[in-house]
Amino acid sequence: MVDALDNLAVEAVGLTKVYGSGNTEVQALRGVDLSLSRGEVIALLGPSGAGKSTLLGIIGLVNQPTAGSITMGGQTVVAEGRFTVDVRSFRRKYMGFVFQKANLIPFLTAVENVQIAMEINDQPPRTARRRAMELLEYLGVSDRASHYPSMLSGGQQQRVAVARSLANRPNLILADEPTAALDSVRGRQVMELFRKVAHEQQTGVIVVTHDHRALDAFDRTLEMEDGRVRGEVLTSPAAKRSLTPQGPGGKGGPETSAGPP
Amino acid sequence: MNLSLKDIRHNFGRFALTAVGIGLLLMVVMGMSGIYRGLVEDATLMVDRIGAHLWVVQKDTRGPFAEVSRITANTEDRLRSLPGVASSNSFVSHTIQREHEGKSLRMTIQGLAWPQDRGAWLPLVAGRAIEQSHFEMVADQSVGLLLGQSMRLGKDTYTVVGITRNMISSGGDGMAFLTQSDSQAIQYDVSGEATRLEREARKGRVEDADLGRTRPDTLGRAAGLSSGIPVLGPPPVSAVLVRLSPGADLDQVIGAISSWPDVSVYSQQQQRELLLTGNVDRSRRQIGLFRTLLVVVSTIIMALILYTLTLDKIHDIAVLKLMGARNSVIFGLILQQAVLLGAIGYAIAYVVGLWVFPRFPRRVIVVEEDLYMLAGVVAGISILASALGIWRAMKVQPNEVLA
Repeated sequence: MVDALDNLAVEAVGLTKVYGSGNTEVQALRGVDLSLSRGEVIALLGPSGAGKSTLLGIIGLVNQPTAGSITMGGQTVVAEGRFTVDVRSFRRKYMGFVFQKANLIPFLTAVENVQIAMEINDQPPRTARRRAMELLEYLGVSDRASHYPSMLSGGQQQRVAVARSLANRPNLILADEPTAALDSVRGRQVMELFRKVAHEQQTGVIVVTHDHRALDAFDRTLEMEDGRVRGEVLTSPAAKRSLTPQGPGGKGGPETSAGPP
Repeated sequence: MNLSLKDIRHNFGRFALTAVGIGLLLMVVMGMSGIYRGLVEDATLMVDRIGAHLWVVQKDTRGPFAEVSRITANTEDRLRSLPGVASSNSFVSHTIQREHEGKSLRMTIQGLAWPQDRGAWLPLVAGRAIEQSHFEMVADQSVGLLLGQSMRLGKDTYTVVGITRNMISSGGDGMAFLTQSDSQAIQYDVSGEATRLEREARKGRVEDADLGRTRPDTLGRAAGLSSGIPVLGPPPVSAVLVRLSPGADLDQVIGAISSWPDVSVYSQQQQRELLLTGNVDRSRRQIGLFRTLLVVVSTIIMALILYTLTLDKIHDIAVLKLMGARNSVIFGLILQQAVLLGAIGYAIAYVVGLWVFPRFPRRVIVVEEDLYMLAGVVAGISILASALGIWRAMKVQPNEVLA
């Protein structure tokens, strides 16, 4: 079982992903190392094809790596490129996902979309309902609880999606370009939300983003290119303002440290 | 939370229309078995209602329901003299089609052995049984005649004194009951000119023979009424129905009648089987094939509908899988909708069928046994039809959401 007291939300070592073989072989990830503490928010930056989404899929136990290992909360979930746990059960209990589109289930209301995440994790419906309402309240959309996704704005949908990702008190939230479909104000709000959630709920958050406008909402920024983490920016409050993209993939500022090869 | 009900609630219009479509399809399946039951019921109605122990018919024929059967009218008297026979009545049956008040009426005329049989056993819904030896009839409501209405048949006018329900011949025509003599008068009615020609022909035949020359008085007889010529028997009847005395040995009586060279004899059960293995059997097989085809078509349509419904939710299913939903949740979502669709469709079929079937031109009899069987078939095809959707849903990968 995941040790709730373990401070590391996730630790990945030497993650490699190869698609195809021979002439069609594509190395999507080349030995990526990554660690994330609980309560920490990191951004994955990089151009298209850098391997950000592949890394997210592997950490999210959706895709299996070709090599490498992943430990979450002290438990090894991937070893030597193989899943060592029931991934669906693990995702259900310890992970939350947020996407570019909210991906809410259209035939469920906002509160039901949050509630279902808990019910499939064997929570009694009444308990799940109560917590779902609390989460919507926490994210400021409780007044839209009984509305269907089609009746919500993009920002409201994304808030409901964040509420859903928090439903089972996950160790880790993975977000794939969650602000891409939002305007800058709403995008900023969502990023701030992640920061708030991570710090208050002690959840690790990894966000894949192209949006440089809100990088100061993250504790760290990892730049990826050609399947590698090319650089890591420690975005301390003092350094946040100096974070400006430099060249392809947005190279970091003065506190950039060399990433693994 | 029941995802399947939530989905139905959200897409109620589409689900309702689909259920109505499936329901109407199932109603046709239900109706097909009802039509078959109706055919059997109509075919065996007379045999069952009359309840005669034996049917005596023309030698080597299968009786009046299968083909033309003619036996002499005095067979009735000969049978009555047999030990073990309590009663025997002539049976006359023929179908006519006449114009009446601008409409074409088709009916099967049944002759009642007046005065012993006045049709008291008929299921009357209005009026009374026959009380006169002539010019009264009891007609089934499917014939289209009203109580008190008169109709000219042959040279006489008959008044409807009673109305029955569901007295249909094996050919699907409504029955009309008259006394046997009236029935035969209608059956052997010929025009005046034809009668005159026949009399002249008879006279000519007598003149050509020695009899006409040696016994000239026969010429007068030949040119007169048929009933006045002793050598001409009364018109033949279709069959004679025999009832046995209590305790009589059925096989013994059958054995005795079978030895007569001019008739064949069938027990009630044999006559029933003859009816069912004739026209009805062919219809039964045809309806059975149709029913099977309809079940197959219903299964395919349901499978396609459920597959389409699943395709519409494929992204949501991928989201659920990414969130860690067990396969049973996905299974339940599709299977419950399939079973619900089948159940609602079945209910619609039943309710609409109750209203529609009585309006069919031929009888549709829906019995509990068929309803249970169809319910089982619907449950089976619902599960089978959902298999395609479930298969597609199981193939969905959660990373499709990430893509």
